[in-house]
Amino acid sequence: MASPVTSVRAWLDERFPLDDLKALAQKKKVPVHRYSYWYFLGGMTLFLFGVQVLTGALLLMYYRPGADEAFESVQFIMTQVQFGWLVRSVHSWSANLLVFMAFAHLFSVLFLRSYRKPRELTWVSGILLLFLMLGFGFSGYLLPWNTLSYFATKVGTEIPAQIPVIGRPVLLFLRGGEDITGSTLTRLYGFHVAILPAVATLLIGLHLALIQWFGMSVPPGVEKQWLARPAEKKEIRFFPNFVLRELMAWYVALGMLGALAALFPWSLGVKADPFASAPAGIKPEWYFLSMFQTLKLIPAKLLGMDGEMLGILAFGVIGAAALLLPFLDREKPFNTRRWISGLACVFLGYMAVMTVYGWVAK
Amino acid sequence: MSTASGVNATAPQSAPSNVPRRRFVNILLGTGLLASAASFLYPILRYLVPPKLPESGGDAVLAARVSEMKPNTAKTFRFGTRPGLLVQTASSEYRAMSATCTHLGCTVQYRPDLREIWCACHNGMYDLNGRNISGPPPRPLEAFEVQVRGDEIFVRRKQEA
Repeated sequence: MASPVTSVRAWLDERFPLDDLKALAQKKKVPVHRYSYWYFLGGMTLFLFGVQVLTGALLLMYYRPGADEAFESVQFIMTQVQFGWLVRSVHSWSANLLVFMAFAHLFSVLFLRSYRKPRELTWVSGILLLFLMLGFGFSGYLLPWNTLSYFATKVGTEIPAQIPVIGRPVLLFLRGGEDITGSTLTRLYGFHVAILPAVATLLIGLHLALIQWFGMSVPPGVEKQWLARPAEKKEIRFFPNFVLRELMAWYVALGMLGALAALFPWSLGVKADPFASAPAGIKPEWYFLSMFQTLKLIPAKLLGMDGEMLGILAFGVIGAAALLLPFLDREKPFNTRRWISGLACVFLGYMAVMTVYGWVAK
Repeated sequence: MSTASGVNATAPQSAPSNVPRRRFVNILLGTGLLASAASFLYPILRYLVPPKLPESGGDAVLAARVSEMKPNTAKTFRFGTRPGLLVQTASSEYRAMSATCTHLGCTVQYRPDLREIWCACHNGMYDLNGRNISGPPPRPLEAFEVQVRGDEIFVRRKQEA
């Protein structure tokens, strides 16, 4: 007795390798150990990215880029469109949580040393994705065209302009002209909804393919223990066991996201006025705060160099070190391994302190 | 639901007495997930319905000036978000109506040669009262009220009693 479901399945089986995919998913194993919970952070970041794609697409239905229209259209979304306030609030909350999750994922991978051979490229693609996410944050911040975002973009695009030689062309490229105008808005809008998503999709595909290819890493300590006593090795099936756990975590995250968006809706602020003075206490998003505060604290002249320049140089070095971390982790000629975790701790502490300082500083 | 099949696939064959209990749990989980899916999709569907824009209700719209109109001519003007048509007949009477053809929504025009209103898209014809007299239009054009105040010609929706 063939039910409609079975006959559709049979039809599909002959035309789509569903069973092969299922077998692959069931054959795939995920290691289980005392650090397993850290594995959820990457999946959570992916989930929040999905939320961003969905809510972003919804916002595109009503958003209009342009200096005369952007603020009004976001206002329209939040006051006239049914549940528009919720969609925008979820987009903003999810964006912030996404950056937080990406950082948490990065540090968990770093401390568990999951970037070891052969997973160096997985790490590199991950760091590039983090840069992309920061780019999303920066470009998306201007889109409501309010005072805060206007001046944050002004300052943010001024920073790379300090770099010698290429600084000015970079500024002109980012702003689409000398100043922050409607051209900057359409430009950053283009980055935010077309260029960055396209690159992000490719990189996420690569990142996931590499994870699928090499399987999930096992922390060195656990790996050693399993090698000594193979009986202790524990794994679960990717499908359905791991997938269900992951879905459960996503389900909880969705609930929290809805609650945050409903209880603490994102405000719109005041429409940007290019001829008004910057309001007191202007700050970037929290994930740029530590950099912002550092630049604020550096004296104008340091070691015979321009202070600002030195700060930007330091950010560049840190960014490059993060990107190349797997290749810096080696035992010969110098044992850098034990330094990496320590330096990462110091860096994490510095970021936390500067963020809090930037938050409370006037 | 994948939840149910996943659990069934891994669990050992349960005794028949356990089946109703399992079904109870599955129903509980299924309805819970269904309810959350509904609470998730409902706002999205409502969001996609565009909000109603305020239309110009009883407000009069300045359609034209007496000085710019001549007998046996017409002018289209903005009436809220849609075009309206103001006609000065050969006998110098003013007539105003919606300029949106009732057939497929093209904007109609005045034909001085025929002294009728014509839709170019599918050759629909209306008389000067907006009544559909030939071609595909199914309904007359909505007629508006005209008021002349000095040099200014105002048009407003007809007030229903």
